[in-house]
Amino acid sequence: MAKVTLKEIAHSYSGFSENPDDYALKKLDLTWRDGGAYALLGPSGCGKTTLLNIISGLLTPTKGQVLFNDQDVTRLPTEQRNIAQIFQFPVIYDTMTVFQNLAFPLKNRGRTKEEIEPRVIELAKMLGLEKDLYTKAQHLTADAKQKISLGRGLIRQSVNAILFDEPLTVIDPQLKWELRSQLKFLHKKFGFTMIYVTHDQTEALTFADEVIVMYEGEIVQVGTPEALFERPEHTFVGYFIGSPGMNIVPCRLQGHRATIDGHEIVLSQSYENIPVDARIEIGVRPEYLRLAPPNSEGEGLPVQIIKVDDIGRYKIVRVGLNERIFNVVMTELSGMTGDTARLLFDIDHTNIYVNAQLITGEKR
Amino acid sequence: MQLELRNLCKKVGKEFHISDVSLTFAAGSLNILLGPTLAGKTSLMRLMAGLDRPTSGTIHVDDRDVTGVPVQKRHVAMVYQQFINYPNLTVFENIASPLRIAGVATAEIKERVAKVAALLKLEKMLGRLPQELSGGQQQRTALARALVKGAELVLLDEPLANLDYKLREELREELPRIFSATGSIFVYATTEPSEALLLGGNTASLHQGRVTQFGKTIEVFTRPHNLITAQTLSDPPLNLLPVTKLNNRMLYKSHVEVPLLGPLPHLPDDDYTIAFRPHHLFLHRNSDKAIAVNAKVAVTEITGSESYVHLDVAGVRWVLLARGIHHIDINETIEIFLDPDKFYVYDRNDTLVVTPEAVTGA
Repeated sequence: MAKVTLKEIAHSYSGFSENPDDYALKKLDLTWRDGGAYALLGPSGCGKTTLLNIISGLLTPTKGQVLFNDQDVTRLPTEQRNIAQIFQFPVIYDTMTVFQNLAFPLKNRGRTKEEIEPRVIELAKMLGLEKDLYTKAQHLTADAKQKISLGRGLIRQSVNAILFDEPLTVIDPQLKWELRSQLKFLHKKFGFTMIYVTHDQTEALTFADEVIVMYEGEIVQVGTPEALFERPEHTFVGYFIGSPGMNIVPCRLQGHRATIDGHEIVLSQSYENIPVDARIEIGVRPEYLRLAPPNSEGEGLPVQIIKVDDIGRYKIVRVGLNERIFNVVMTELSGMTGDTARLLFDIDHTNIYVNAQLITGEKR
Repeated sequence: MQLELRNLCKKVGKEFHISDVSLTFAAGSLNILLGPTLAGKTSLMRLMAGLDRPTSGTIHVDDRDVTGVPVQKRHVAMVYQQFINYPNLTVFENIASPLRIAGVATAEIKERVAKVAALLKLEKMLGRLPQELSGGQQQRTALARALVKGAELVLLDEPLANLDYKLREELREELPRIFSATGSIFVYATTEPSEALLLGGNTASLHQGRVTQFGKTIEVFTRPHNLITAQTLSDPPLNLLPVTKLNNRMLYKSHVEVPLLGPLPHLPDDDYTIAFRPHHLFLHRNSDKAIAVNAKVAVTEITGSESYVHLDVAGVRWVLLARGIHHIDINETIEIFLDPDKFYVYDRNDTLVVTPEAVTGA
C-alpha cells in the first residue's frame, strides 16, 4: 500500500494551454495517506473521472506529478503502477469459476497454489461467495458478478491503491447495503489505500474517512462526512450534500443580525468587515429548521406551508417566506393545522456565506 | 380514462415473468411499480403498452377490452432509462416529432410544444441540440416528447436511474406537479423505496412477477400486509427476528429468550417473524418497555448527520440508524434497545398480524 501524492496536477484535453478555461481539471494538490479510504464526489462533468484516470495512468496530466510513496509515476503506464481497478460494470471471465476468477490476479503474478488457496477462500467468505466458489461466473446474478469484480480488486495485498469507479451503480438498493458494508469491513481489516469515485453522496459519505468534493474541475472542500454536513465551506457543498440540500437564501447582514426580506434572525456569531458589494447568503440545513404554530408569539419568521411530503421516516415541509422557499425536515407536525406557521432557525447550525464561501464570525 | 389489468400472466419459456396481476389505475393517477431487478416491472409495462401480448388475462380501458390492440393503436407514451432523443434535431423538433408524425398543424404544434416546454422548464433550451444539454435536460426533453402527445397512459421505466443523484432529487420534486398538470395515468417503475415515497401516489410492490400489495404509497410503507412487501419498501433493509412462541415463552433459535412485552403476550402459540425498521433500533433506552440486547458491531457508516451501525446479533444481521455521529469500533460489543411498540409481527405465512401502535393510532 502506498501514500498517494498529487502535486500541482492540472489537465486540459486539448493539450497545454495558457487559458485556464481549457482545463477540465484546474490546479490541485492532495496527499492521501497510506491505508486511507477516500471518495471523490461531484456531479457529472466535475473532473472526478479525469482525476481517477490520471491516478490509474490512463491519462498523463498536462501539468504536475503523481507520486506513489516517493516514486514519481506520472508517466508510467497503468500496468506498471501496481494498482487494482473496479468499474461500474463487472469485469470478469464468464467461463471461469468464481475461484479461478479470484485466483487469476495472483496466478498471473506466479504465486504458488499454497499462497493462493487460503487467500481466495478467506476473501470469498468475506464477500459471501463461498457457496458459489466452483460455479462458473456466467451462471451468477449481476450483483454476484460485481462481488467477484470487487474480490479480484481486493485479492492482492501488495497493490499500491485500489480505485473504484462508481462500482455500485448497477446494484439494487437492498444489495448496495450489503456490498457497501462488506467493502468498509474489508478496508478496516486489510488497510488498503482506497479511492472511490461517485456522484452518490450516501456512497461517498458512508465509505470514506475523507471526502473530496469537486465542482467544475476544482476541489471545493476536503473533509469528513461530519464537516461536510455541518460546515460546508462552499454553497455548492451545502447544496450537493444532504437530501434535500442546505437552504441557501440571500440576506442582509449587520453584526449578528441577519435579515431576510425584512425579517430578522439573531445569529450566534457576529460578522464584521463584510465588503459592501458582496453577495451574502444565509445557509441552514432542513434538519436545523423547525416549524411552530402561527400563533407562537413573535418568534420565528411567518411562512406559508406550500407542501408536506410524508416520506415515512420523516416529513419534508416546503415553506415560503414571500418568494423565498425553505425545506424543513420534521418527524412530527403536531399542533400544525392551517397553512401558515413560524419558521425557527437553530442558530448554532446556521452559516453565513460571502460570495459563496463560508465565513466565520466572532462568538457573541 | 381508467386502466384495468385483469389476472394478467406472461409466460416466457417455462417461466412466468408475470403471474396473475390484477390492478386498476384511475384517471390522473400516479402509480409506482416498486421492486428489485427482475421483479417484473418492465414486463408489466410492456403488456400495458401493447408491446407484448399476455399469455392469459385481459387489459381494459374504460370497460373496453384492448388486450390484442397493438401499441400503435393505443394512446401510450413511454420513457426509458436511457435518454432517447434525435441527436440532429433541436429540442423543439425533438418534442414536436410525434405531433409532426400525426400531421398536426404547425400553429398547433408550436402552441403545444411551448406549453409542455414551460411545464418542464425547457423554454430556454428549445433551440439547442441534445448534445448541448445536461443529462437532466436531455431526460426532460424525452419526457416532454412523451407528454406532448397527450397520451392517456404514460409509462416511465426507471427514468431517473441514469442521472446524477442531485438531478434525480430535483426531477423527483418536480414530477408530481408535472404529472398532476396533465391528467394522464402515469406508471413509474423504480427499484428504490425512497423514490416511491418521495413521489407519493400509489405503489404496487412487485416480487417475482406478482403484486404483493397495492395502495397509497405511504399506506403500503406504514402497513405492509406481508413480509416481502415490508422488505421491498425498506431502505435501509428491514431488521428481522424469527421467533417461536410456546407456553408463554418466546424463543429465538430455541434458546434466546425474547421478553413478552408490547403486543407479544397476546399472540397465540406459533412461529412468527418480528420485523422493525433501522430507526426503531436504539443506542439508548427510549422507553420502560425497551428490550436490551447485546450486539457485536460489524461496521459503522456515517452520513454526516446520521450513523448506520451494522450489527451481528446471535447470528442475524441488523442495521441501527441513529441521529448524530457515533464512531463505534468494529467487533465492539454494545447494548442496543428494541421498542416492542414499533414491532411489525408476521405469522408463519408471512402475513401481518401486528402493526405498531403509532401507526394504528395515526
